Amino acid sequence: MLSVTNLGCRRGDLRVLSGVTFRVAPGEALVLRGPNGSGKTTLLRTLAGLAPPDGGTISLRGQHPGDSPEDLIAYAGHADGLKSQLSVGENLRFWADVFGQRNIETALQTFELTPLVNRQASNLSAGQKRRLGLSRMLVTGRKIWLLDEPTVSLDVESTAIFAQMIAAHLKTGGSAVLATHIDLGLEAARTLDITRFKARPEDHANPFLDGPFT
Amino acid sequence: MIALLIRDLRLALRSGGGFGLSLAFFLIVVMFVPFGIGPDSATHAAIAPGILWIGALLACLLSLDRIFQLDFEDGSLDLLATAPLPLEGIVAMKALAHWLTTGLPLTLAAPVLGFLLNLPAGGYLWVFLSLLVGTPALSFLGTFGAALTVGLKRGGLLLSLLVLPLYIPTLIFGAQSVTLVLKHLSNATAFSVLAAISLFTFALIPFAAARALRVNLR
Repeated sequence: MLSVTNLGCRRGDLRVLSGVTFRVAPGEALVLRGPNGSGKTTLLRTLAGLAPPDGGTISLRGQHPGDSPEDLIAYAGHADGLKSQLSVGENLRFWADVFGQRNIETALQTFELTPLVNRQASNLSAGQKRRLGLSRMLVTGRKIWLLDEPTVSLDVESTAIFAQMIAAHLKTGGSAVLATHIDLGLEAARTLDITRFKARPEDHANPFLDGPFT
Repeated sequence: MIALLIRDLRLALRSGGGFGLSLAFFLIVVMFVPFGIGPDSATHAAIAPGILWIGALLACLLSLDRIFQLDFEDGSLDLLATAPLPLEGIVAMKALAHWLTTGLPLTLAAPVLGFLLNLPAGGYLWVFLSLLVGTPALSFLGTFGAALTVGLKRGGLLLSLLVLPLYIPTLIFGAQSVTLVLKHLSNATAFSVLAAISLFTFALIPFAAARALRVNLR
């Protein structure tokens, strides 16, 4: 369960969002909507712990009492984090090792990457790279997925596969926060328009961080 | 973390640029010195330890900006930072991989290149030992510089400027632990200080570099 209360987000020295409040229960997906530059990426990076929150709280709770909160989240950004000198299998194996998982076969099969397993990542098409990047989520073994524009450069079939993957993940009690413009047809998805959380520059203006007085 | 080390070593081997370039640069520097200062073998013998150390240091400097830059550009660094590995551990593994692909080959090549500089017989062992003990410090200090400058466009210049002053103690005590032996004096102090610098960087740099990375990933 991910619950966010009154969260502020900052991109560099620019205040982007303030007062963000939502909850994502297990088995539920939240789709972030908003025009380009509205702060979807910044919000996801803040949730992933890459950027420090600018006030407010992010609270994470696992379904089991023993779950450590920081081991719940898996993040996928714009870049897939692939190494072009490594093969498809080696790339995925590396991430599986990092996350302490054994099985990469399921992840390969899900996105129909098994025939490409020995192909160098430099020889993949943009869509194939994206599929490999998304299949990484399956080897993280984590419950809460943060996905930033996951369907970019995916064709229609791959987008459908991706929607199935998310649906399957939600069924097993996982949850997801997605920034996407495409309707994935997920039943358990809610939509959150983040433009209403847009930070006004005059809120708690800090002359050192908010630029010169005008 | 072992997986990260193996991945980095594999990447360094496959892309070739990494350790071939440093080694070739080291060879070129050391080979050019006799041409530059003329054929006086007594002079060569006197300056050999210093030249070998300077060459190794500059060769090491060449490959520093690759430590984090490539991972930053393709997004792996973001993903690693959200992975269950501690960032300090990631930094330490990156530094170790850099040493294994740069420092270690330089250390192994140095005695051979010492021959080109007419290094006196007693110096070979100590050139090898001082580089073996000193080059890890170069890799770790360089990793700190790389963590500070990751994400900057053309940060290579800034990286060199940041790292060079930090390299000076290692260079002084490294070269001295060879020169003193050649002068038939005890190098115990110089060599101990060199080892201390290395140990100090192992203990401190992972934490400092991890902090720098966190700031740069914001």
